[in-house]
Amino acid sequence: MSGKLKEVRERIKSVQSTQQITKAMKMVSASKLRRAQQAITEMRPYANRLDKMMKNIVSNLDGDFNSPYIAVREPKKVAIIVITSNRGLCGAFNTNIIKVAAALAEETYANQLAEGNVTFVFVGKKGYDVLKKRFPNSRMITSYVDLFADLSYDNISSVSQMVMDNFQAGELDKVEVCYGQFRNAAVQEPLAVQFLPVKSENSLDPSVNTAAKTSKADYIFEPDKEQLLSELIPSILHTSFQKFVLDNHASEHGARMTAMDNATTNAEELMKELKINYNKARQEAITKELSEIVGGAAALNG
Amino acid sequence: MRLIVLTPEKEIYKGEVKSIQVPGTNGGFEILNNHAPIVAALGSGRIRIVDILGANKSFTIKKGFVEVLKNEVSLLVQGVEE
Repeated sequence: MSGKLKEVRERIKSVQSTQQITKAMKMVSASKLRRAQQAITEMRPYANRLDKMMKNIVSNLDGDFNSPYIAVREPKKVAIIVITSNRGLCGAFNTNIIKVAAALAEETYANQLAEGNVTFVFVGKKGYDVLKKRFPNSRMITSYVDLFADLSYDNISSVSQMVMDNFQAGELDKVEVCYGQFRNAAVQEPLAVQFLPVKSENSLDPSVNTAAKTSKADYIFEPDKEQLLSELIPSILHTSFQKFVLDNHASEHGARMTAMDNATTNAEELMKELKINYNKARQEAITKELSEIVGGAAALNG
Repeated sequence: MRLIVLTPEKEIYKGEVKSIQVPGTNGGFEILNNHAPIVAALGSGRIRIVDILGANKSFTIKKGFVEVLKNEVSLLVQGVEE
């Protein structure tokens, strides 16, 4: 048998085993995605009630309220929280988030970056791997890189608590979050969102909520409204940060599932091609052998 | 009176209850049927629920909020431990 035949057969074997791996990874991602989506749905009622409570209090409030988290200052010191995945093999998912984060630092906060006043906080290893080389002069906080190992509320809110404390103390003037927003299993959108100070179009804006005075029952507030608000706002911030992380988690698995699905399909196509090549080579070899035999026989008879 | 207990991770209790004791930041209090509408912040302490059949259930929390409106009680709590 010719050497070409053997070569093609080996290639088929290797493509086949690769396909098995990508198929398995796709299945694993699909089940992880389901769990990640479930986590998002399970936190939604809590977030919604918290929001409702907030609106309720604000609509019962006479006049403005103050919170240390809505103070708009000139952004001298900025933190960018980059949420990526811990592992690769999920297509361009991480690259897209890193691109958004880098663009934010280089364009919007170019001055702060030049002065070394941009702090990067990393959740997930991939972002850190790339950005530490790109911005060697910036401060990098890496103590939360392994956050995905434990996605409990307490663990996730340790990150938001850290930036909120720094913001309140004036150590930070602005906090941005870059993450992959989950649309569906196939679509994830890399986004940069302002986390602190709380933006006015957010639910914390009293002017939006005064329109919705439907729930103006005669509530007893304990302790008073202002104090309740100062307790509620951090909880709402933690919850919204938790949403970023959980969203990103679901996105990661969605992206990996899509990437692995594509890889499996590609392997399928490659196999088809290789099989045709293999058959061609086999036929060629047989024809050659036959003609050799016929030629040999003819020579003997002659 | 209907009660729903939510944590940031999931819903942990839902059902008809007789009474709920909660650790308010200004001191603990108990919610019975037809309680006046209230929104209160909760400190760390124990929550005791007596359900419609008289069965007790209790757990501790680190902090949270409670809202009562028209016999609907929503408890939003963090750091739940049995």
